[in-house]
Amino acid sequence: MKRPANPGAEKGKLVAYLNARLLDPASGLDTPGALLTTGDQIADVGPRLFSGGVPSGVEVVDCGGHCLAPGLIDMHAFVGEPGAEHKESFASASAAAAAGGITTLICLPNTDPAIDEPAIVEYVERRARENSLVRVQPMAAVTKGLKGEEMTEMGLLVEAGAVAFTDGDRAIASARVMRRALAYSTLFGKLVIQHAEDPSLARDGAMNEGDVSTRLGLAGIPTAAEAMVVERDVRLVALTGARYHVAQVSAADTLEVIRAAKKRRLNVTCGTAPHYFALNENAVNDYRTFAKVSPPLRTEDDRLAVIEAIKDGTIDVIVSAHLPQDVESKRLPFAQAAFGAAGLETMLAVALTLHHSHGLSLNEVLARMTVGPAKLLGLNSRGVLRAGAKADLMLFDPDKPWRVNVDKLKGKSKNTPFESIPLSGKVLMTVVDGLKVYDAATA
Amino acid sequence: MSDSATLGYPHRHLLGIEGLLPPAITHLLDLADGYVDLNRGIDKKKSSLRGRTQVNLFFESSTRTSTSFELAGKRLGADVINMAVARSSVSKGETLLDTAMTLNAMHPDVLVVRHQDSGAVHLLSQKVGCAVINAGDGAHEHPTQALLDALTIRRRRGRLDGQVVAICGDILHSRVARSNIHLLNTMGAQVRVIGPPTLMPRNIDELGVEVHHDMRKGLRNVDIVMMLRLQMERMQGAYVPSLREYFHLYGLDQEKLALAKPDALIMHPGPMNRGVEIDSTVADDINRSVIREQVEMGVAVRMACLDALTRNLPNIGAAS
Repeated sequence: MKRPANPGAEKGKLVAYLNARLLDPASGLDTPGALLTTGDQIADVGPRLFSGGVPSGVEVVDCGGHCLAPGLIDMHAFVGEPGAEHKESFASASAAAAAGGITTLICLPNTDPAIDEPAIVEYVERRARENSLVRVQPMAAVTKGLKGEEMTEMGLLVEAGAVAFTDGDRAIASARVMRRALAYSTLFGKLVIQHAEDPSLARDGAMNEGDVSTRLGLAGIPTAAEAMVVERDVRLVALTGARYHVAQVSAADTLEVIRAAKKRRLNVTCGTAPHYFALNENAVNDYRTFAKVSPPLRTEDDRLAVIEAIKDGTIDVIVSAHLPQDVESKRLPFAQAAFGAAGLETMLAVALTLHHSHGLSLNEVLARMTVGPAKLLGLNSRGVLRAGAKADLMLFDPDKPWRVNVDKLKGKSKNTPFESIPLSGKVLMTVVDGLKVYDAATA
Repeated sequence: MSDSATLGYPHRHLLGIEGLLPPAITHLLDLADGYVDLNRGIDKKKSSLRGRTQVNLFFESSTRTSTSFELAGKRLGADVINMAVARSSVSKGETLLDTAMTLNAMHPDVLVVRHQDSGAVHLLSQKVGCAVINAGDGAHEHPTQALLDALTIRRRRGRLDGQVVAICGDILHSRVARSNIHLLNTMGAQVRVIGPPTLMPRNIDELGVEVHHDMRKGLRNVDIVMMLRLQMERMQGAYVPSLREYFHLYGLDQEKLALAKPDALIMHPGPMNRGVEIDSTVADDINRSVIREQVEMGVAVRMACLDALTRNLPNIGAAS
């Protein structure tokens, strides 16, 4: 399935989504109703829309009483282009994203070559435009070649289309480099996103440091490796006034630091990935390399702290942290196996455990994956269900039970830690720019 | 003018602009004005420094400034010695104070010192018996540059007070910027500094300047655009990512210059990096660029400083 080369061909097409449960996390709207799209925009939405019937010439989609929400914005996904197309391409990643209800994919710059030059931003945008079902926007590297030494041309990268800056899975370890990058980034108002893990402390570590690592005989990574980087960075944020974001928080210690920074009204935000609130380090038992992620899965106390932090707003966004790895990278002794979990197709369902088991409303859960990231990245008119916004939609059934069947995953790499786990909540249809890019009935 | 003439320059050294009062600055500028005329004549020689010994002590290499000081001293009749200490004696292990003691024993009257460390000239001035002129110390001050800039502006505009001056570029490492900020503020001009946050010293606003990171906003309606040299070693990712991005954001070209007043003057302390901080068409714009004039004013200002300081020295007879 491919988007038409020229979406303009469908310009002005009217589609009515009837019989829906409308969910708009930005406004808190949660009501039965209908929605109308014109071309790539939402034209109208509300409980009384089409109460007098649908005019002729309007295509009708019956939502069957299911939830119609803004399409998800995933602000942290690795796509292997350029350089690792055998793990994931824009075609395969976007098919997985569409199946997961994701309409905007923010891809990481730790490709080969890294996205550290305006020309590579443009290359990625062109490849994505030609091959992706969903909207793809790249982040650019903070430092040239992700080496953590010299700043990239942030100004030219922003002009080329970079939406934020990060060195991907590498921490910016030098305080001096981080300070300058933060200061320089204030010129453009874009987030600097840190992979918070002190490399000298985490070196050779394969999992969380604790009794499980001791029993398994694996080198551990202490939570301090995460918290101390954030603690340092918070001081640099206070010094520079920059906008700083921690990509994925896994530990209670780190959350305390972020909570304190927010209390001081510093521009500090953070995200987490579904595995940090759905799994703990016990998933690593039996040396399961699919549960080897960075930062590592932590203790049960950390997991509960992550849930608490999502509830109280300390954690701003939930990301897929999609990091596809081929079999050769994972079927290895634990210490040698690559980090990372495929996450695009399971993000929503795992996030919905927060609704089913931890008391968050559907809108509260969705806000972390729609309006939340849209605000952080300055993506106006996305992640909201309102007239004038982009017609990026997701139709889903929050209660539909299913089990992750690895063979049915659309991504090229199948390294999910959620294999065979029962989940509730399934995407039925995904719409990007007013066009259907995924339909469970025909998929 | 009569005021400044009576008060003269009431200090033994010229170590910086900070702390100088308006009459002292005006006195030096008035004196320099006279030397501009002298320098444009055929007989450029005076004898007011005859018998005096001026030593140019440059720990950091410089062509323009040392030549300018040398010429200034010679035109006033002094014996001028250029000491090429640039790192040689330092590498031999001699400390700054040893060098000072050695020089002191030679009885110079004026010592012109440039040093790569902020404060080094101050330290030296405490240990020698002669007058000391700071020809640039680290990122601290370069007073004669600020004076020659002020003279250039005053001759073009007739006044310093009320002028809106934008100093653009690497403020962090610039002694020229610091001296100019002190001088222009003292004389009633309004100063803006423009540069990336990575090249802006902390709390610079407390020196009484308006800070801008967006050059287009900072240049709006300024009378004077003062560009600073971007040192090559500061580039390449350390403070700014690349030359092309720096030029894109902070290079003075016709488009950005159009935001300044239509008759705004363009200044640069030199040497210029064309295509890095300044576009050639702007640097060579004969109607607006006063960069060559600055060099000319440099000699006159240094003559004025040498003259004013030696007037304060004891007579030769009394000194020995």
